[in-house]
Amino acid sequence: MTRPLPSYPSTRPGSAREAAGEPAPITPHHVAHRGGAENPSVAALRERFGAAIVRAHVMWGETTVIVAADAIHDVIAFLRDEPAHAYNYLVDVTAVEYRDAEQPMELVWHLRSLPWQRFLRLKVEIPKGEPLVAPSITDLYASADWLERECFDMFGVTFTGHPDLRRILMWDTYREGHPLRKDFPLRGRFSRSEQLTQALSIDTVGRYSMTELTIAEAFDDLPADMRERLAERRAAELARSMRTLDAGDDA
Amino acid sequence: MSRRTIEMAVGTSGVDQFGRPMRAPLAVRGNGALVLEAPPEPELEGDHMLINIGPQHPATHGVLRLVLELDGETVVRCVPHIGYLHCGFEKIGEYRQYNQIIPWTDREDYLNSIGNNVAFVLGCERLFGIQITPRCTVLRVIAMEMSRIMSHLVWMGTTCIDIGAFTPFLWLYQERENLYNLLEGWVGARLTTSATRVGGMAAEVPDGWMDGLKAFIRGFPKTLDEADRMLARNGIWMGRTVGIGALSADEAINYGLSGAMLRASGVAYDVRKDVPYLDYETYDFDVPVGTQGDVYDRYLVRVEEMRQSIRILEQAVQRLPDGPLNVDDPRVILPPKTRATSQMESMIHHFKLVMEGPRPPIGEVYVPVESPKGEKGYYLVSDGTSKPVRWRIRPPAFVNLSAIPRMVEGHLLSDVIAINASIDIVMGEIDR
Repeated sequence: MTRPLPSYPSTRPGSAREAAGEPAPITPHHVAHRGGAENPSVAALRERFGAAIVRAHVMWGETTVIVAADAIHDVIAFLRDEPAHAYNYLVDVTAVEYRDAEQPMELVWHLRSLPWQRFLRLKVEIPKGEPLVAPSITDLYASADWLERECFDMFGVTFTGHPDLRRILMWDTYREGHPLRKDFPLRGRFSRSEQLTQALSIDTVGRYSMTELTIAEAFDDLPADMRERLAERRAAELARSMRTLDAGDDA
Repeated sequence: MSRRTIEMAVGTSGVDQFGRPMRAPLAVRGNGALVLEAPPEPELEGDHMLINIGPQHPATHGVLRLVLELDGETVVRCVPHIGYLHCGFEKIGEYRQYNQIIPWTDREDYLNSIGNNVAFVLGCERLFGIQITPRCTVLRVIAMEMSRIMSHLVWMGTTCIDIGAFTPFLWLYQERENLYNLLEGWVGARLTTSATRVGGMAAEVPDGWMDGLKAFIRGFPKTLDEADRMLARNGIWMGRTVGIGALSADEAINYGLSGAMLRASGVAYDVRKDVPYLDYETYDFDVPVGTQGDVYDRYLVRVEEMRQSIRILEQAVQRLPDGPLNVDDPRVILPPKTRATSQMESMIHHFKLVMEGPRPPIGEVYVPVESPKGEKGYYLVSDGTSKPVRWRIRPPAFVNLSAIPRMVEGHLLSDVIAINASIDIVMGEIDR
């Protein structure tokens, strides 16, 4: 069993860029706040999608494109599949909510093109009060799975088409809301004593087992009496957290 | 010993999901001896079995929980559960000034704390439009590469333990101790360093510190070679790692992997080369890549990365310039105490900085760095006040871990431990 030691390749991710004769990237010094060279993909996006590209700007050397909500999936698929852009690497999916109540909520996709060594930020603006819905891009990037789940968990954004959209950092029966929303208080919605009471009285079977057993399709194989017992505990847990939620609202 | 005492001791075990006792029941024979009674064999009839690993399990490196569906000993499906260490760092950051967030960056990826400090202030400085001094740039490179070696040493040591080798762990932790002593001499803390400030560093390196670093640079490659010699051609090590958890280059890119995970699959993406920061393009170092993308290649790539980090450290020590450490900008850097107590203007700057904190212009930045785990980026959004609207950590280990269901499927249960170790997870960063 022998294996060659790791090699140092002459072809790097930026091979397309090198082939096109563009210089290798260097550390940016003296970046301007506004303005500067726009990402070349923006012109192609404008040509291809027209009015669906709401606007684009360059800030601190990074290009941001604001896209209409219904076109975002097509835009990302175009950017990924077109060889002249090849944004094959999804860096991040997240959201931004401003303190200013007038400003719309923003959903943010960070894309990177490994062959062209380019970075692009896509945004969809959702006015306050409208439902937070966006198409899922899990069919394009496998990495979108957990990133979208986190965005759903923290902001309550529903990604339509996501195969398994459930909470990821908070637990399934968490009822206090979505923690990174600006209307969510820093200490949570419930009082410290209520949070402590909840933490001490967690019925771990009722809270966790059902989900996992359902996921692994082992639930149906359980004895009938145990299934009933689990369902009861689950229902009791949900009812209790609903009650505390109501109590928290009254307070 | 009465019979009742024994029943109390052994009779409190729970039952598993099938209603059977979780521990093997002990029976008491007539002479008082404890005898193990074999539990009845479950009638599986080819059914799949559900196995839970964690959240409190030594091989999950923290509080990761994996629910595995097994066919015999082969993994059919894996459902990871995270969030047990969720502290709400991003939420807390929205209520803190920029310099006050730096201690939180220590605590997310706590094996790479000084690297996170540097990464965070790089984002802040882009957001403030500040150009740091040449001496600060080189010192930060030294900090980041030290941090990379420390993190990789922990990874290598704990992976050895997971797979069953104990000796390299002790050798590697001894070297890590040397680095922690150096860090302690520089910033006063070992783990929670908080070493940087927006526009500079918290402290200048003390006299003679560079000699300590040079001694480490001389001595460490020998230890690394010894540990590498113990493992790289070791039959047990190769048997546990070769061909395990392999991902192709396309899959690795599609899963958003970064760092050694991606490079082991043959993609030479390194943030230091592709999106340079801190003048990394002027250092002479190589980016090792693997060919198979399995656990063994990840090991080879990480070991080689440590050697390359030593090369960068050698160059950084040689080129370290004299000069000021912090930028001369009263918007972000506190004036010297003597001036603050004697000159009106400096006192005002001091007061404003302490009470209000530095204020960046309206804007947003995403600044990635190559952390030991992969591409770590801080996405900062400012609305012009002294506290960020949004502080987003792009967690490399979170994205890397999301590929574990794909990597473990079809492998044996014991390989799950090796694959999980190869991801180099730190739950503090994943759960944040």
